[in-house]
Amino acid sequence: MKQLSPQKIALALAAPLAAAVVSIVVSSIAVLASHKSPIDAYKTMWDFGTQIGSLMEVLNTATPYYIAAIAIAVTFRAGLFNIGVEGQLRLGALFSAYIGAMFTLPPVLHVLAVFIVAMTIGGLWASIAAYLKVKRGVNEVISTIMLNSLAVGVTSFLFAKYFAVIIEGQNNLSTKELPKSAWFPDLVPMLTKLGVPKQPGGHVNGMLIIALALGVVFWFVVNRTRFGFELRASGANPIAARVSGVNSKRMTFIALVISGAIAGLSGLPAVLGETHSYNMGFRSGIGFSAIAVALLGRNSAGGMAFSALLFGFLEVSSRALELIDIAPETYVIMQGSILLSSVIAYEVVRRFKLTLQSKELAMAVSA
Amino acid sequence: MKTKSTKLLLNATYLLLLISIIRVITGATDLTSVGTASAALLLSVPIVLAGLGGLFSERAGVVNIGLEGMMILGAWAGGFVGSKHGPWLGLIAGVVFGAVGALLHAIATISFGVDHVVSGVAINIIAAGLVRYLSTLLYKGGSWPGPSQSPDVKGISLNGLPVLSGGHFFGWQSPDLLTPIAEKHWFLISDFIGIIRGITGDLSYVTLVAVLFIPLSFFILWKTSFGLRLRSAGEAPVAAESLGVNVYAMKYAGVLISGGLAGLGGGFLAIVAANHYQENQVAGRGYIGLAALLFGNYRPGGILAGAALFGFADALQLRDAASIRALILLIATVLAYLVYRDLKRGKMLSAAISAVMAVGSVWFYFAVQELPGQLVSMTPYIATLLVMALASQRLRMPAADGMPYRRGGLR
Repeated sequence: MKQLSPQKIALALAAPLAAAVVSIVVSSIAVLASHKSPIDAYKTMWDFGTQIGSLMEVLNTATPYYIAAIAIAVTFRAGLFNIGVEGQLRLGALFSAYIGAMFTLPPVLHVLAVFIVAMTIGGLWASIAAYLKVKRGVNEVISTIMLNSLAVGVTSFLFAKYFAVIIEGQNNLSTKELPKSAWFPDLVPMLTKLGVPKQPGGHVNGMLIIALALGVVFWFVVNRTRFGFELRASGANPIAARVSGVNSKRMTFIALVISGAIAGLSGLPAVLGETHSYNMGFRSGIGFSAIAVALLGRNSAGGMAFSALLFGFLEVSSRALELIDIAPETYVIMQGSILLSSVIAYEVVRRFKLTLQSKELAMAVSA
Repeated sequence: MKTKSTKLLLNATYLLLLISIIRVITGATDLTSVGTASAALLLSVPIVLAGLGGLFSERAGVVNIGLEGMMILGAWAGGFVGSKHGPWLGLIAGVVFGAVGALLHAIATISFGVDHVVSGVAINIIAAGLVRYLSTLLYKGGSWPGPSQSPDVKGISLNGLPVLSGGHFFGWQSPDLLTPIAEKHWFLISDFIGIIRGITGDLSYVTLVAVLFIPLSFFILWKTSFGLRLRSAGEAPVAAESLGVNVYAMKYAGVLISGGLAGLGGGFLAIVAANHYQENQVAGRGYIGLAALLFGNYRPGGILAGAALFGFADALQLRDAASIRALILLIATVLAYLVYRDLKRGKMLSAAISAVMAVGSVWFYFAVQELPGQLVSMTPYIATLLVMALASQRLRMPAADGMPYRRGGLR
């Protein structure tokens, strides 16, 4: 039955195409509202965004998005929604930078140790929401949102009061710098060997490799293992899952904690690959953008990779808009309209497919 | 035999007594001062409005996580229009913008059957992005304070009860009899009077309107045929449809009213609680409103109780860090009660957890003499989590809440 008919291809492409058209129309209106030509805007973005240096930045932006999106997708597959990635990754980043700088280990081991710290902290923070959900029936959306606000308070308190050191000659508070053994190698030397010309100031965060590996593991575990099946079953139909012997409360708890652990990792590209410390300028909002990435990517490993790259591309390339006097924030309009229109388009196509199937069935029966 | 209202009154008295005792022990006079009560009311209003918004939507069967985004839209529009055309038009703009956000949510969830939580979260992300874009576009250069803030909005005048709380009517300034009593710090009496004076004096007219929305919502939802139809769409849409109710129209109405109320709550934040719009002004209040709705078990009176609690925590947090320290003692007392209750019911594990937390709170109270600001600002969020943990198990949500519905029973 799994043939590729033109109709099936058309259906598969319909949703993304419709979403793209709608979002281009909406973004064009936004650009027109500031009395500028949308065509100029898109051309400027494309020309800037496709330069090699910009593409490197796109990868660096997409890497934490992708890791965080996987964290969200784990809960999604289990019928849950972890909106608390932002808090989990912030706490994970702070503690891994602080604890990681306390000791020195051989290079690879040190990075692994920092990974474990980040995952433990993220998982522990998420376990509060998991406990409240399983034992007290608290909706995880509300509890993780509250935990986000708490995480902001806790990190800024711990950071300012205990973890930060004043670095000479700098105005910026920061944790002690991680020893070199905990730095994640940059991919530029490897890329240069492969023939990519060096870019001034360009770098490619090595955590990209980790993100890709995580994507493969996510795909395999969710789709090809018994654990993944139970995870999806408890999400799709908790009662049926329980009847067939899946402890859906246990799966809920595990899914949220695993999600938190992965979320903890998504703060590490910045800590291990860029600043080598946690400082005041730690980027906020990764966890929220990642929700959009996960929704747009339909919680599949490939889809999320695509949408993480798309979001990264829009963010990086829109910086060039300033040159032609358009607010770079236009990219949030593009991201938002893509998100909402694709969510709707997928639903419309799903319904259309269902009607088509029932028609085919009726024809087959009557024939 | 106790009726429901005497029981309520009794509980309120116990709570007041407990707070008075803690006020005397800790000397944190701000716990029940006029200023705190007044600020608590002011901060409860946006949460009440968000909660009522959630009520209309969820009673019609549509989960509305997007309240936060609708409040953000309302707050932004309130600041923008309010600074140009005065506070009242600003509030109306807030309602309209909130309703526009709600329309998106309604189209996605009702007409197209998108998952309610997914659509709501998408709307929150979009709203936050949209207002940031609009701010950079409109508040650029010139004398603006910056792209994250609107110009000031003219205030709406305040009034209070005549004679007791210093109201003014037709140019007559009445005396203010309650404030002196509140400032005497008499046990229980001053506490009670302080709270009464705080919530009856120096009120914005908008606050009054918002408070009136609580009985009004109850009336609309439970005493009119429109309300019955709307609730039937949230309880049993297929049955409602078979009786000739236009379920889609009811759901649309519920979600649009929801967005209008949330937008008004946002506008209130920008215009009444502050005097301009600022980025991150909403700061999770949409979600807290949702928590108040759940705490109130999907009823208007319960929403008020929940919102008052969060408003109180928020007011203390803003006014006085010492009172928050006193609040820890209050939490310890509540936990001690839980230990007692769980022991009586034989739930050993849960009693043990509560006991550990109670001892921890007492230790924390004595160990920390002064709470740092970053932790004090977390109070409303901790209150939300604690309350949700206590209240979530006895919830009775509308039977078809959150389920996609399609005419004719299609999937």
